[in-house]
Amino acid sequence: MQDGGVLQRRVASIEAVEAGLGATGYIASRPIATAIYLAQRLQKPVLVEGPAGVGKTELAKAVAGWLGLPLVRMQCYEGLDESKALYEWKYGKQLLYTQILKDKLAPVLGEATSLEQAIERLHGVGDVFFSRHFLEPRPLLRALEEPAGAVLLVDEVDKSDQEFEAFLLELLSDYQVTIPEIGTVRAAVPPLVLLTSNSMRDLGDALKRRCLHLHIGFPDPKLEARIVESRVPEAAAGLRRQIVGFVQGLRKLDLKKLPSVSETIDWARVLVLLHARELDSGLVRETLNVLLKFESDIRAADSQIAPLVFQLRQETAGAAA
Amino acid sequence: MSAPLPPTLLDFFRAARGAGLRVSTAEGLDAVRAAEVVGFDDRATLRDALSLVLAKTPEEKRQFEECFALFFGRDGFREAAAAPADAPAPTPPGRAEGAGGIGGDGMGGGAAPSPLGRMLLEGDRAGLAAAMEEAAEAVGLSSISVFTQVNMYARRIMERMGLKALEDEIAALRRDPAGAERAARLDLARDYLRGEVRELVQRNLLLFARGETERWREEMLRQARLAGLDRRDAERMRVLVRAMARRLATRYARVRRRDRRGHLDARRTLRRNMAWGGVPFRTVWKQRKVEKPRLFVLCDVSGSVAAVAQFLLLFIYSLHEALSGVRAFAFTSGTIEVSEILEREPIEQAIAQIMGRIGFGSSNYGTSLEDFEKGWMQAVDRRTTVIVLGDGRGNRTEPRVDILQRLAGRAKQVIWLNPEHPASWGTGDSDMPRYAPHCRVVAQCATLRQLERVISDMLRNHAG
Repeated sequence: MQDGGVLQRRVASIEAVEAGLGATGYIASRPIATAIYLAQRLQKPVLVEGPAGVGKTELAKAVAGWLGLPLVRMQCYEGLDESKALYEWKYGKQLLYTQILKDKLAPVLGEATSLEQAIERLHGVGDVFFSRHFLEPRPLLRALEEPAGAVLLVDEVDKSDQEFEAFLLELLSDYQVTIPEIGTVRAAVPPLVLLTSNSMRDLGDALKRRCLHLHIGFPDPKLEARIVESRVPEAAAGLRRQIVGFVQGLRKLDLKKLPSVSETIDWARVLVLLHARELDSGLVRETLNVLLKFESDIRAADSQIAPLVFQLRQETAGAAA
Repeated sequence: MSAPLPPTLLDFFRAARGAGLRVSTAEGLDAVRAAEVVGFDDRATLRDALSLVLAKTPEEKRQFEECFALFFGRDGFREAAAAPADAPAPTPPGRAEGAGGIGGDGMGGGAAPSPLGRMLLEGDRAGLAAAMEEAAEAVGLSSISVFTQVNMYARRIMERMGLKALEDEIAALRRDPAGAERAARLDLARDYLRGEVRELVQRNLLLFARGETERWREEMLRQARLAGLDRRDAERMRVLVRAMARRLATRYARVRRRDRRGHLDARRTLRRNMAWGGVPFRTVWKQRKVEKPRLFVLCDVSGSVAAVAQFLLLFIYSLHEALSGVRAFAFTSGTIEVSEILEREPIEQAIAQIMGRIGFGSSNYGTSLEDFEKGWMQAVDRRTTVIVLGDGRGNRTEPRVDILQRLAGRAKQVIWLNPEHPASWGTGDSDMPRYAPHCRVVAQCATLRQLERVISDMLRNHAG
């Protein structure tokens, strides 16, 4: 519990969370910082929803980095089950050991005169083959067994089956899991659990009830500019403002897939590599495929590029003058 | 932080439930703990914290923000309530002279000034607001449930605040010529107060009674005739249809995975365990495949049936999780496939487009069925459920029952939905009795509730 105390001190206030995450390069909005703070104080998992690429997974990494805890990541997919998420017996090892230990069984059983006696003796040996040595811990069990606690990221939980979602409930509410052959494993230090979802399907009420629900949307221009500044410091202030302004403009269009924060960052990197000082229509057209991932979206946005760029340059000129 | 909460969180939960959020007891406890952790000083932080615990979808987040602003906006209301007091011309001078005037009146008039009158004339905003809140609590304002109660609650609050004493004072002042001016000022102030109290009551009605009203409206909508819907209600109805469909979809998506365990599949078990020398570490069970229904929907989009068609299509397309494939057809005097339009466009626009292409003609079931047989009969197989929506009124044209019979022979089942009341099937030009024998189910479908029942039955039959 000593380590819990350290965590407690580091997650002292909402401001401390904001500052701590900021130090790792993750610029958190106030609601995000509040969520992490409450998750630690109330010991509750956080379910993070929002469009792809707004930094849901990144948040978990930043929290782990800041707190100096190992990040245990579990990617969900259809058909994921306990044996891949929680634990599995090492079948191969069990088989191998039974082969090797065959001769050792002879002395144990040798004196037995009847079948009952032999079985009695076998019972005396205990469940050697179903002990910890033969257990292969999978992400969930690993996260519980980390001595100093961990950050557990259950990524894209909406892609898993409903059965798996139900299976998660015991873990999420009590931070413990039950392995039939061994018993209940309880976390020494409850991990900080983050679940992410892209709303592929509606999650069950039971799951939602056990979690804090954080919705991360697209950031406002100010926050996005700070994010770009933190991630791509090479981009000059003027270019940065134009990049953010342009992406924010694109999000107002009717597109299939709106550009997300991760795309903004990628685009800023590309423009820095190309030594761009400010946006112009030609440059934007050549690099638009970094922002938009559908041919139809690129075509739809094409007519809007020139007016948007023109407007942004006007604004920059106005700011300079 | 340990200061008593100005408006209790419990009241807020009630208001939140009224706004349509589902606040369970466990979530309520969490919310109290969260509020204790972040404190009540910073409103924005409190809102963020409560939103994390109480609102679990973007839609709920929006409702939550609205409700939060309304509920905790009450403190802001205090200032706002008092501010207009300066606006009516007579009040500011009243306040200015009030302090001096009381003494004079006290000597001259002889009428004992009521506490309420004094607060009004002195412009004691904090005192008035506190008295109002106190009176509201005393009369149990938070249990207000319908708008007809507004007047009653407003009157009770006024009485509780000391209206009687104020009236007496005004009456006494009127009798005294020296008190006339003061009486007039009190009169005005009383009317102003009445307005404020009414506003408070209205606000509470909005906060606490909305849930009741919404539920009541929804119940009415479920039973309302789909054909005669108000434009205003249509949007609400769509929300309701989607919610119903989602509920059915989750229920039947689960049933489909039910039969997982059963007989051991020896062949596949051996094969799976080859790596371990045939020692069966992993067992494989025979699975019964429960198939999702394939659905063909034929909608008559002529005249009054069109309104119902819209909701049927919306329902079906919100169900896609529980269905393996849906194809939709619209007909009046000919049939066209509309699946593509429905998948591409949001439902309202899709319906408008379909109507633009073939809608509002007079229906001819014979030629429509002929079109269907020519174009798509081949695609109907034993797994397909065919839903026909129509009133069966072909304007005395040849009904071509034989085609429906062949269709019923190919498909798993044919379900006929008719928006008319069963009593009028077969009257006039209705061919319903001739179609009916070939359908597995013939049901009336004029309200949302009937629609839900039919589709739920269909899914259950498939799952069983």
